[in-house]
Amino acid sequence: MEKAISLGKIKKRYSWANFFISLFILLFSLMCLLPMVLTLMVSISDESAIMRNGYSFFPQKYSLYAYELMFQGDSSVVRGYTVSVLITVVGTLAAVLITSLAAYTLANKSVQYRSKLGLVFFVPMIFSAGMVPWYLICSRLGLRDNVWALLIPNLLFSPFNLFLVRNYMSGLPDSLRESATIDGANDALIAFRIYLPLSLPVIATIGLFYGLGYWNDWWNAIMLIDQKRLYPIQYLLLQLRSQISMLRDLQYLAGAGYVTPPSESLKMATAVITIGPIVLLYPFLQRYYIKGMVVGSVKG
Amino acid sequence: MSEKSRRTPKHRFLHDVIKNKFSYLITVPALLYVLVFSYFSYPYIAIAFQRYSYQNSTIWSIFTNGNWIGLQNFKFFFQSQYASQITFNTIYLNLLFIMTGTVMSVLLALFLSELRSRRFTKITQSLMLFPNYISWIIVSYMVLSLFSNQYGIINKLLVGSGGKAKNWYVDASVWPAILVFVRIWKGAGMNAIIYLAAIAGLDSTLHEAGQIDGASRFQIATRITLPMIMPTIVIMTMLAVGRIMFGDFGMIYALVGDNGTLYRTTDIIDTYVFRALRQVGDPSQAMAISLFQSVIGFVMVFGSNALVRKLYPDGALY
Repeated sequence: MEKAISLGKIKKRYSWANFFISLFILLFSLMCLLPMVLTLMVSISDESAIMRNGYSFFPQKYSLYAYELMFQGDSSVVRGYTVSVLITVVGTLAAVLITSLAAYTLANKSVQYRSKLGLVFFVPMIFSAGMVPWYLICSRLGLRDNVWALLIPNLLFSPFNLFLVRNYMSGLPDSLRESATIDGANDALIAFRIYLPLSLPVIATIGLFYGLGYWNDWWNAIMLIDQKRLYPIQYLLLQLRSQISMLRDLQYLAGAGYVTPPSESLKMATAVITIGPIVLLYPFLQRYYIKGMVVGSVKG
Repeated sequence: MSEKSRRTPKHRFLHDVIKNKFSYLITVPALLYVLVFSYFSYPYIAIAFQRYSYQNSTIWSIFTNGNWIGLQNFKFFFQSQYASQITFNTIYLNLLFIMTGTVMSVLLALFLSELRSRRFTKITQSLMLFPNYISWIIVSYMVLSLFSNQYGIINKLLVGSGGKAKNWYVDASVWPAILVFVRIWKGAGMNAIIYLAAIAGLDSTLHEAGQIDGASRFQIATRITLPMIMPTIVIMTMLAVGRIMFGDFGMIYALVGDNGTLYRTTDIIDTYVFRALRQVGDPSQAMAISLFQSVIGFVMVFGSNALVRKLYPDGALY
């Protein structure tokens, strides 16, 4: 009898703890979501409502004006978006190919020098000479003010991702290669028909790493790009943040008969469409990105 | 003696290349990449000891035509007031990030592991990972929507509750706190998932034994789970400490930008080097500061890794 009572007591304490824990987790995750919601709400606010009341979760007047403007005429937002999509797609495909092919060699046990080769890729992970030589080399190679400057430097290859794929491929059974060799398959066939298809989960992971890297990048633009028509969307957003450049950008709209250019809502609308692809890819990010992060951080 | 052992290393390498020509061939793009962007970058370090001229842009001419000035670039930097300020800011901010970030993510991980409802866990986890995926530029927009002088939510709340609006973007003293907050907001979710994976990987027999012996859930969490994931915590923390000399350029530049009034508390080595290179346009000066950062950073990385290896041999990076 006594035992039953004490168990009841524990149960009760547990439920309080449960409540507190759930509340804490709930509050933190809401905190992660709310700024995003605010950005969305401002982007669909009427500009005059923002001017009067500031940013608000519940705008007094809704308007999709900012989104209409964004896709009108020779909009810098559309151009920036196109540049970003282009470099993300091309860059990610190239990066994944370069990385997984090199990873195949590092995992190939018939290559005697594979660990020395691995060392060549490992040293740059430990010691980097920093941004100055990097900038000088890019300039020297002509990676300035052209689309290659957005594609190649920094993002096209990462030794970290290489080792992620290598480790995965090393975990595949050796008998795969042996039996394929006995059946007369050459190296190319083994790589493309056996190892790469079997490594699809980890290739998806590094694809997301690279893809997110390209999509979110503005470092290459800030260092190497001067021409406005080559600005990727992230860098455009950085530029748009200062009101002045925004107004200058909108002058032609004001000339077209608009009283107040909706600069605040337009800024936030641009931020919203920039998050768009990430929201679309969210299921994949949850599945493959996290796995890579967990594996990579515990053992690089 | 077999033929194999008589071959010189060079011969053996060539033989290996011929035998596995496809394998070696497909490594060429990646090799070329690290060769050009990493190995070719090392000789440029020498310009830290020179007065740079843009005519000497090849590795060769740096050494043949360089205008060597000894340690003058370093002297110039260390005699300025900025040396101590940006070094302090870099280390101080990183320490704040590491301490608050670790506590928060371990706490979140422990709490997440206690949740019973699978659906609730899944939804909240998805939400708290979201900030991890967006760029610092987008984050800066969200920070702006909170702290903006004119339209920001926080000022609105301040005024609404009878206080006075504050111009956050001119007050340097509040920015370390804002940066810590934003850092946790963006990164704690992902780190919590990493710790959660460590918790999920634990052998559950100890927990069961604890339960049978009547330990409370709090006791199980603090006396069993926490000590068992301590290696992961120490390793992750030490690796972060190893990178203490390297600030997060993306974060600082996106949130603070060229707002000089905030430099006192927010300017870090990386942003300073960036300005020396791109705004002042002095690669040699920038290289000198960067070299100072790299050398100390290198020692820190090695030191912390050696410590990890001593404590937990399996956890060392190399």
